[in-house]
Amino acid sequence: MTTMTAFERLSDEEKHNHFMQRIEAGEKIEAEDWMPEEYRMTLIKLISMHGISEIMGALPEKEWVPKAPTLRRKLGIMAKVQDEMGHGQLLLRVAEDLMKPYGKNREDIMQDLFSGRLKFHNVFHMPAPTWGDAGLIGWLVDGAAIITQTNMLKASYGPYARALQRICAEEVFHAQHGEAIIMALAEGTDEQKALIQDSLNRWWDSLLMFFGPAAADTTGSSKQDTTIKYKIRTKTNEQLRQDFFTKYIPRVLSLGLELPDPTMRYDEEQGLWIYKQPDWNEFKEIVRNNGPKSKERLRLRQLSYENNAWVREALSPSNEAI
Amino acid sequence: MMKTPEDVRAQGHEEALRELLLQLADDDFIVAYRGSEWLGLAPHIEEDVAFSSISQDTMGHATMYYQLLEDLGLGLANDLAHARKSDERRNAILLEEVNGPGHYLEEPRYDWAFAVVRHYFYTQAKKIRIDSLQASSYEPLSHVAIKVNTELYYHLMHWKTWFKQLVMIPGESKERMLSAVSRAMEDVDGILSLGPHEKKMAEAGFIEGEELLKKRWLHEIGAMLDECGIQVPLEPLMKRGNGRALEHTEDLTDAIDTLSAVYRQDPAAIW
Repeated sequence: MTTMTAFERLSDEEKHNHFMQRIEAGEKIEAEDWMPEEYRMTLIKLISMHGISEIMGALPEKEWVPKAPTLRRKLGIMAKVQDEMGHGQLLLRVAEDLMKPYGKNREDIMQDLFSGRLKFHNVFHMPAPTWGDAGLIGWLVDGAAIITQTNMLKASYGPYARALQRICAEEVFHAQHGEAIIMALAEGTDEQKALIQDSLNRWWDSLLMFFGPAAADTTGSSKQDTTIKYKIRTKTNEQLRQDFFTKYIPRVLSLGLELPDPTMRYDEEQGLWIYKQPDWNEFKEIVRNNGPKSKERLRLRQLSYENNAWVREALSPSNEAI
Repeated sequence: MMKTPEDVRAQGHEEALRELLLQLADDDFIVAYRGSEWLGLAPHIEEDVAFSSISQDTMGHATMYYQLLEDLGLGLANDLAHARKSDERRNAILLEEVNGPGHYLEEPRYDWAFAVVRHYFYTQAKKIRIDSLQASSYEPLSHVAIKVNTELYYHLMHWKTWFKQLVMIPGESKERMLSAVSRAMEDVDGILSLGPHEKKMAEAGFIEGEELLKKRWLHEIGAMLDECGIQVPLEPLMKRGNGRALEHTEDLTDAIDTLSAVYRQDPAAIW
């Protein structure tokens, strides 16, 4: 016979209040702890999207792994994509623990990816046609990722916060790797220099979109209020985008690059960057897997899933006894 | 013991050392590339992490050998890796073979059984070679071998685990693995070969003789097959030719085109 603990005898409302008190006090919530449904669901959505984005994020760079122009660059980009896969694995493990009460697992995550129910980050739907893009992804996309992830380093959910500690440490190397590629191009021939401006123009809108819409009314939905309420993150999408501008616009200009948005300026009075909004309808289409490379990249994962079906079958528990 | 390139030249062993280093470098360079083509396509995410780590290590090994060649005054490591055409390469043909139908970015229908068998056969051969190279008469090479060996231990364990697991599960898994073993056997002798300069390499004490190394490989693979209860003829062949003697296939030409795509845009530029 099991005895009910004092906590289990509480009403749902009391449990919820207790939970919120813990969060307010800065305590970490662990996988086995009681948590409100909304908290669990928000975390599952956030972390599985983050995890799968790390994995899909290796694909735009995949082309450049063998094509990297020197042995040193080959080693650098190989290390980077390996890290990304590792982050994906780490995050999916965290998401899997949260999904357990629903009887779901990795298989469900993959199926949700294929069906489009699980979305991956807008930047990873975009083409990366030059070596300049390989540099720019490391420099600015990973740079943007550091900003959003640093915002969650103190997340109330312990396993996610701990995973992010490790991920952020590695992302710093990625940004340095990207910056080194960009610096070499910036100091190179005219053709090399042109690669950077061309990549910046191509990635500009995607970089703005990276942080998500400023408010839910832009795209019809946004989880930022919920994630702030539960202390999963602290800053809003717009605050993060502004932080990104403040950190990177001076660097972009110091390389002699032109901002793709000629209207962009810093308003001293408001203390804000004023810029032209990207097309948020296009953003919605991109994350619905209607971006330029969405189908192709999903196809790669799906093909590997099909081609390796026999391996999964061989490794399945029914064969374990053999 | 030869401590410097000058010692090697003074003793007249430069050609044998160059050939050996080119084989070691070109083998690792191409097999690391074939491994990297698997990125995002491995059977599960854990394997993607492990496999890309192995490929990265392997590219690192190639880099060390190209550096030894650079130190011998044979050109810059980057140029040796990227500028040489396929008919100048010394890698074994089995390592240049494509992973399967399709392209690494479009419709890749890669064969995991072939990947496991090729990497297991190669890594076992590499392990035997590296063990021998640790005692190489060329000191810089013996130092590299000691470094490579620390990583190689894990690579070999990784591929042995996959091999054993998949070959022992009856049905499709075993069938696919056996068919990959027969296929690899037709060219694996190219990996075991030390090429036309083999005798000089052994005489200079750079590495032990080909026959001896091959015997060890046959012993290791034979023991594994016995352990798994697999009966297949253990007869390594070189059906498509000897890469050490500059014989290659179209697969290598295509691979070099990809590997040098950006480099060729401006070989003199700093990237």
